[in-house]
Amino acid sequence: MEVLAYILPYLVGAVILVPIANRIGLGSVLGYLIAGVALGPALGLVTEGDVDLQHLSEFGVVMMLFLIGLELRPKELWRMRAQLVGLGGLQVFGTMALIVAGVWMMHGSFRVGLTLGMVLALSSTAIVLQTLQERNLERREGGRAAFAVLLFQDIAVIPMLALLPLLSQNHQDEDESFEVAEGSGHGADAVHHATNLLDGLPAWAQAIGILGVIAGIILAGRFLAYPVFRFVASGRSSEVFTAAALALVIGTSMLMTLVGLSPALGAFLAGVVLSGSEYRHQLESDIEPFKGLLLGIFFVTVGAGVDFGLLLSEPVLILGAAFLVIAVKAVVLVALALASRMPPRDAWLFALALPQGGEFGFVLLALAVTTGALTTDIAQLTTLVIALTMFLTPILFTLFVKVVEPRLNHGAVVKQEADTIEHEGAVIIAGIGRFGQVVNRLLRSDGIETVVLDEDTRQIDTLRRFGVRAYYGDATRMTLLEAAGIARSKVFVAALKDTGRQVRMIEDVRRRWPHVHVIARATDRTSAYRLSAAGAQTVVREMLAGSIEAGREVLEALGTHPYRAEGIARAFRQHDDETFDTLRELWTEDFLDDPDYVNRTRERSQDLSDILRSDFSQAPESDDWALQAAERFDRDEDDTGDAKKPQAAE
Amino acid sequence: MTRSILVFYAHPRPSRSVANRRLKRVAEGLSGVTVVDLYAEYPTHHIETRREQARVEAVDVVIFQHPVYWFSAPSLIKEWIDRVVTYGWALGEREALKGKIYLHAVTTAASHGVFAREVTGRAALRAQFHSFEAMAGLCGMRYLPPFSLFREGGEESRAQRLDLHAAAYARFLRDLRDEKLVLAQPYRQQMVTA
Repeated sequence: MEVLAYILPYLVGAVILVPIANRIGLGSVLGYLIAGVALGPALGLVTEGDVDLQHLSEFGVVMMLFLIGLELRPKELWRMRAQLVGLGGLQVFGTMALIVAGVWMMHGSFRVGLTLGMVLALSSTAIVLQTLQERNLERREGGRAAFAVLLFQDIAVIPMLALLPLLSQNHQDEDESFEVAEGSGHGADAVHHATNLLDGLPAWAQAIGILGVIAGIILAGRFLAYPVFRFVASGRSSEVFTAAALALVIGTSMLMTLVGLSPALGAFLAGVVLSGSEYRHQLESDIEPFKGLLLGIFFVTVGAGVDFGLLLSEPVLILGAAFLVIAVKAVVLVALALASRMPPRDAWLFALALPQGGEFGFVLLALAVTTGALTTDIAQLTTLVIALTMFLTPILFTLFVKVVEPRLNHGAVVKQEADTIEHEGAVIIAGIGRFGQVVNRLLRSDGIETVVLDEDTRQIDTLRRFGVRAYYGDATRMTLLEAAGIARSKVFVAALKDTGRQVRMIEDVRRRWPHVHVIARATDRTSAYRLSAAGAQTVVREMLAGSIEAGREVLEALGTHPYRAEGIARAFRQHDDETFDTLRELWTEDFLDDPDYVNRTRERSQDLSDILRSDFSQAPESDDWALQAAERFDRDEDDTGDAKKPQAAE
Repeated sequence: MTRSILVFYAHPRPSRSVANRRLKRVAEGLSGVTVVDLYAEYPTHHIETRREQARVEAVDVVIFQHPVYWFSAPSLIKEWIDRVVTYGWALGEREALKGKIYLHAVTTAASHGVFAREVTGRAALRAQFHSFEAMAGLCGMRYLPPFSLFREGGEESRAQRLDLHAAAYARFLRDLRDEKLVLAQPYRQQMVTA
């Protein structure tokens, strides 16, 4: 219960302030940060227990990297390698070099300079990625470049963590190791002690251990995850699947921590390995809410951690330092953006996205204090500076969206349009029974991208063998559709068997994504009326086309010429569609008791017989009006003679 | 040597046909002549280009047999031509139609007076079918003027004329097949005198 009591003020603060921040265009990240400030420094509601809460919430970062990994196929990661190493490496080392030089000159200590350089070179994966996603900037060139840099930083944390103990003044190598998702300067007790199984082993054995764990994660993801998830999914109990997904993420990060690696990196790796799996979207939809909640609380704790006492005692120094950090980092970022010839918009985005300090900076600071690389004074000051720069990040993003982008947009209109078309989402098909399968095949034969969702693992398995992007999951859950990318889709095919589930799913989809055109599979006329009442723009009665086809075949087998049979089938179809619309208003749940409905139905079928009789008559051609017209023409000719010819010819 | 003949029969309302049905039976009764009912094969007007091209490549003579609809062929024939006679196959890279004989065998619901007041019906009909002739010419085919049956006279004489015309059609197809037809001369006259 205690933990719940800690969480309550955070949740309430977020519930009140995040929607407000969103409404005035500041984004939810800034909303959380403000909520944190309101709770912590302003109202004093933060208690000692919040340190634990912060550790818990830092797990949101781990989950976020898992989700990012899921979105990134190994191929795409490989394609990013130049950006990753080039931009990432130059950003980290360039920023470090400037800070080391600056601190060395002012403070005179290379050791402190190097420590601070490492701490401040890092940016906030959590804030930046969350904000990029929230503002739909993550697919832009600048957004991708920022992501590459963040990923490199996450990897760079590992050698930094290894380097820090060597920088301590008295080289007091302690037995204790560290936990990477670690405290943010709330005090000495923020440093927890995790067991590193590899401690005390020679370096080569440690290396083998680390490589072994990574290989283990990849192999397990490849060969073990599939049967396990299949087994779990066959139980058709969604909370068990959620439990399995959580266990996977937590287990992976624990394993990484055990060998002294970043849990976020481990989760990322697991995500990439599973990105090709059919459970990808279900995993995404299960982890997503936890990630969002934990990250939100994490941002609140960052806001709450701003030490206003310290800030007020040295406002000029601290604010000046914060701006200096942003300026220094921005200079490096701008230089990189120019060197890699990004378009102006992306260069701005890239430079404004990354100049803050990051959550891993807190971790390094905590470790630097325990190993003696930094004094507590400097560490506290730096913690505050990082928090302030993080606080400023969403404001910089708002600056980008509201000021920079509109000004640069004049010349770039054409390109922007091309961008949106390029990233237009696939057609999502929910339910891959016989109906959905044919729809899918037809679309794919025209080169249209589709994503298929179903709960039948065997079916999904089969489809994937044929290269279909098929995923396991319950499509009536909006989180799954969201993970499948429905926000970018134009068309959604609702092809579940059960009309009740269809109705619920369609209502939810129409409410949340009104731009999506829903095409629904109906079993019969009644279900068709229900589905269109639920909001489906197009309703297809699954048996209609097939039955009409069969009727047409009967006519042909009876000796009717195929063209006449086709015409009758088409006329029937046309008439039936009209009847469907006419009877819509009269339709009720118990329509059979409604005399109006029955009478109208009878009228309509009489009408159809009349139409068919007149349009598809089989009487011999001598009745033909054309013939009569010709006869009249001939008569005129005979009667009038030469004199009137020109007139008659008209 | 004999020529292989492909007759595309195109009647949108075959069950109401009088003359064309008879002529179709005539063609079907001849060896070396293949008859395809286009409206039966493509009731939805969705022509399968490659299949039709292969069909045409295999023969020496292509005949469209149909009633005259509004001074032209029924729409499916136009659709067939648009889909099948394509650049790259008939023209350009390949000249798949080159040297083949091409004609329309038509019946009309009206006397040739309807088709032209000033000139004789047959020549007028040929003029009205000018676009088909141009197509055939451009593709290097040997175009023959429409083999036509106009509706003339009363009920009784119409039946007689249909008998005559059916016999002429059979003779025409046979001569075409057996290369006995002198293509340089107007073939209608050849047959009347034969």
